[in-house]
Amino acid sequence: MAIKDYIRERFFPHMWCPGCGHGIILNNLLRAIENLGLKKNNIVMVSGIGCSARISGYVDFHTLHTIHGRALAFATGVKMSRPELNLIVPMGDGDALAIGGNHFIHAARRNINMTAIVMNNRIYGMTGGQYSPLSGYGTSATTAPYTNIDHDFDVVQLSVAAGATFVGRTTTYHVQQMVDILQKAITHHGFSVVEILTQCPTYFGRKNNAGDGVEMMKLYKDNTTSIGSKKKQENPDLIERGIFVQKELPEYCDEYKNIIARAKGK
Amino acid sequence: MEKSVKFVQGNEACVEGALYAGLDFFAGYPITPSTEIAESLSFRLPKKGGKFIQMEDEISSMCAIIGASLTGSKVMTATSGPGFSLMQESLGYAVMAEIPCVIVNVQRGGPSTGIPTHISQGDVMQARWGTHGDHSIVAMTASTHQDVFDITVDAFNISETYRTPVILLLDEVVGHLRERLDVPPPGDIPLIERLRTSCSEGIDYHPYLPREDGRLPMSDFGGVHRFNVTGLYHDMWGFPSDNPGVVQGLIRHLVDKIQNNVNLLARYKEYHLEDAECIMVSYGASARSALHVVESRRVRGEKLGLLELQTLWPFPEQIVREKCRNAKHILVVEMNTGQVMEMVKSSVDDPGKVFLANKVDGIFISPTDIRNILRVVQGKGV
Amino acid sequence: MEKCRLVFSGSGGQGVITTAIILAEAAVLFDKIKAVQSQSYGPEARGGATRSDVIISDQQINFPKVPQPNVLVCLTQLAYNKFSTIIRPGGILITDPKYVVIESKLAARHHEIPIYKSVMDQIGLPIVCSTCLLGSVLGLTKVVQYKSIVKSLKLRFSGKILETNLKSLDLGVGLVGGFEGIDKLAM
Repeated sequence: MAIKDYIRERFFPHMWCPGCGHGIILNNLLRAIENLGLKKNNIVMVSGIGCSARISGYVDFHTLHTIHGRALAFATGVKMSRPELNLIVPMGDGDALAIGGNHFIHAARRNINMTAIVMNNRIYGMTGGQYSPLSGYGTSATTAPYTNIDHDFDVVQLSVAAGATFVGRTTTYHVQQMVDILQKAITHHGFSVVEILTQCPTYFGRKNNAGDGVEMMKLYKDNTTSIGSKKKQENPDLIERGIFVQKELPEYCDEYKNIIARAKGK
Repeated sequence: MEKSVKFVQGNEACVEGALYAGLDFFAGYPITPSTEIAESLSFRLPKKGGKFIQMEDEISSMCAIIGASLTGSKVMTATSGPGFSLMQESLGYAVMAEIPCVIVNVQRGGPSTGIPTHISQGDVMQARWGTHGDHSIVAMTASTHQDVFDITVDAFNISETYRTPVILLLDEVVGHLRERLDVPPPGDIPLIERLRTSCSEGIDYHPYLPREDGRLPMSDFGGVHRFNVTGLYHDMWGFPSDNPGVVQGLIRHLVDKIQNNVNLLARYKEYHLEDAECIMVSYGASARSALHVVESRRVRGEKLGLLELQTLWPFPEQIVREKCRNAKHILVVEMNTGQVMEMVKSSVDDPGKVFLANKVDGIFISPTDIRNILRVVQGKGV
Repeated sequence: MEKCRLVFSGSGGQGVITTAIILAEAAVLFDKIKAVQSQSYGPEARGGATRSDVIISDQQINFPKVPQPNVLVCLTQLAYNKFSTIIRPGGILITDPKYVVIESKLAARHHEIPIYKSVMDQIGLPIVCSTCLLGSVLGLTKVVQYKSIVKSLKLRFSGKILETNLKSLDLGVGLVGGFEGIDKLAM
C-alpha cells in the first residue's frame, strides 16, 4: 500500500507548526507499519491530549482520542478485551510522564503488549509553552520565567526500572533508526517504549534560543550518539540512541488467558 | 431451569445482576465499601471467559472500561466516594463519546475520605453534575437485594439502549447487608444487546449519526469500520469539529436522548399511595426504614404511603408531582442534607408541604428517627 | 413464628460474624423463612469490638438493624459493657465466663455458658468455639432447625473440619440442656 492509504487525507495539511517534529514521527511510524504489512483493521491507536495526541486523527486506523494522560489506561481496556489487536499509543512528554506518569509505570510493570511512543519535545506546546517533566533544569518556559528548577526524568531509565521489556530512544533527525526501532517495538511481544526527541521550535526553541526546526534537528545530530559508542566515552553528556532493552517475559494478556484456564478448571 | 436461591450481600447481588446482564469486562480499584464487587468478579468473570483487572487507580479503571466497551464488551466498574470523584473526568468522556458502561458507587460518608465504613447518600447530586459541562445522565438505586439485581440488569439494558454511562448509586447498608436473592433462570429477564451497524465493509459508516429512533448503531474496534472516537465535539464520523451547528446539534442530542425519555427511564415502587395523607419519598437503604414506618403505622390506620424512587436521574418530576398531588405532607427520607428533597420541592405543586427526614452522622436512619420527625411535621411536637 | 432479633458481639477473630451469617443463611436457604444479617463494619472488625445483627422472621424484613435484641451474645467484657443495656426486657443474654464478668443484674434471662472451656476440654481447637456458640443459641432459641444449621455448615466445611464443627455444634446444644425440643434426627 502507498503511505497515502494509511492516512485520512481530508484532514491534511496537519495542524502542527512549521518546523515541528511531530509530522516526521507520523511519517516514519506509517513507514514502519507499512514495512510490517499490518492490516489497518488490526491497529488501534490510542492517544491522550496535546499536540502529540492529534496524530490519531490523521491515521486511518481505529482511533481513540482520549483525555489528558490516560491513553495507556484506555488502551489497556482495549487490549485486554481484544488481545489480537495491535495497540499503538503515542503520547507527549507531559501527557505520558506528568499527568500520565502513574499509568505509564503500571502499564510497563504489567508488560501488556502495546507500543508507547513518547514524543518528547520537552514542553507543553498545545497550551503555549509551559515546562514539562522533561524540560530539564535551567531551561526556560512560559511558567519558568526565572528558569526551571525541576529536574527531568530519564525516560529510558524510568521505563527500564518500571519493567518495560523493550526500550528504545531516537530522534526526528535519525529517521532510518526511527523506522527500525518502531518496527521492532511494534513487533515486540510485551510493553515497548520508544522515546523520540522531537523539536518544538515554536515554544521550546524560542524560549531557549535553540533556533528553528532545522537548527534544533542539527542539535539532535550533534548531541546524540549510538549506545556505548566511543563518542559517548569521550563526551558523557551525549544522549544515547538505540535499543536499551529487548527481552521476552510473560505478557499480560497471555497470563490472563492462563487465569481463565485455571478458573474454568476449578 | 430453576431459579437459584442465594443468601448474599447487596454488593454480590449487584455482581449477580451484572453477570446475568452479560458483563464481559470489569476494571476497578479497592475501596470500602464497594470492594466485595471487585473481589467477587475477580473470581467469577474468568470462569465465563470474561476479564477482570485491578488497575492502578479509579481514574484508569474508568478509562479501561471505556476502552473495553469500544471493542464490544459489556463493562462495569465499582467504587465509592473518593474513587467516584476520580472517575468524573472520564465519566464525562463516556457521556460525550456515547460509550455504554455501568458505574457502581456504593456510597459512604463524605466529603473527602469522610467516613468510609458508614452509610451516606450524599452523592446524588454528584452523580448528576459531577463531571463538568452540560450533559444528561442516568442514575439508579435500589433498597433490597432482589431490586439491586433487577436494577443492575436494567442499568446494562439502558446503557446499551441509549449508549450512555449508567450510574448505580448503592449505599453501604444495602451493599453489606445479607439477605435472600433469587437469581432467575437465563431468559427470564430480557436483555438488550448492543445495536450494531448493518453497514457492510466499504459502505461509509457514520458512528455518530443517530437513527430516527435516536439509537446509534455501533461498530466494534477491530471490525471492518475504522472511525474516530474523541471527547471533543465531533461530527457524525467522530471527527473533532468546532462548527457551531455541529456543537449545538451534539449537545442537544446528548441531553435530549435522556431527558425526552424521563418517563420511560423512570423506575419506582409505590406503597399505599392511593389514600395517603402523608407520603414519604425515599430511595436506597433509607426506603427500607421508611417502609417499616409505613407498614407499622398502616396497621393502626394511619394514612401513610411511600414512593420509592429507583431512577434518580433523570429525575421523574412528573411522576413525583402526580403521585404527591393529594398528600398533606411529603416527607423526603434520605441520608444527606436534602439533595432529593430539593428535587421533590421543585417537582410538586406546593413546595411548602415538603419536609426532610434525614440523618448525616454515619448511622443508618431508623424508623424511630423518621417517626420523631413525622410527629413534628404532623404538628404533634416531639 | 415471631420475629427473632439477635445481636452477636465480641472481638474480631472470635467468629461472631460468621456465626451470625451461618444462622441467617440456614434460615433463608433451608428453613425457607426470611432473615437478614448485617454487621458493624470498620477497622474494629480487624480486632476491636465487633457486632453483627440478625433478624429472622416469616414476614418481610424492612429495617435490617436491631436496636433492641431478644437475644444478645457478648463474648468480651468490652462488648458486654457496650451493648448489655440494649437487650429487650425478658430477652436472652449469653456470655462466656472466660471473657465476661457480670457487674449488674439485667432484666434478662442470663445464660453464662462456658463455651471456651468446654471446647478446649473436649475438642481442643479454639477455632470451633463459634460453632459451639451457634449450638447454644440454637438450643436456647430453636429459631431455626438443627438440620438447616448442619446443611449451612456443610456449605462451608467438609471432611474432618466438618466433623469437628458438628461435634462442637452438638457440644453447644448440650451446654444449654441438650436436644429437648430439637429434632436432631429429622435430617
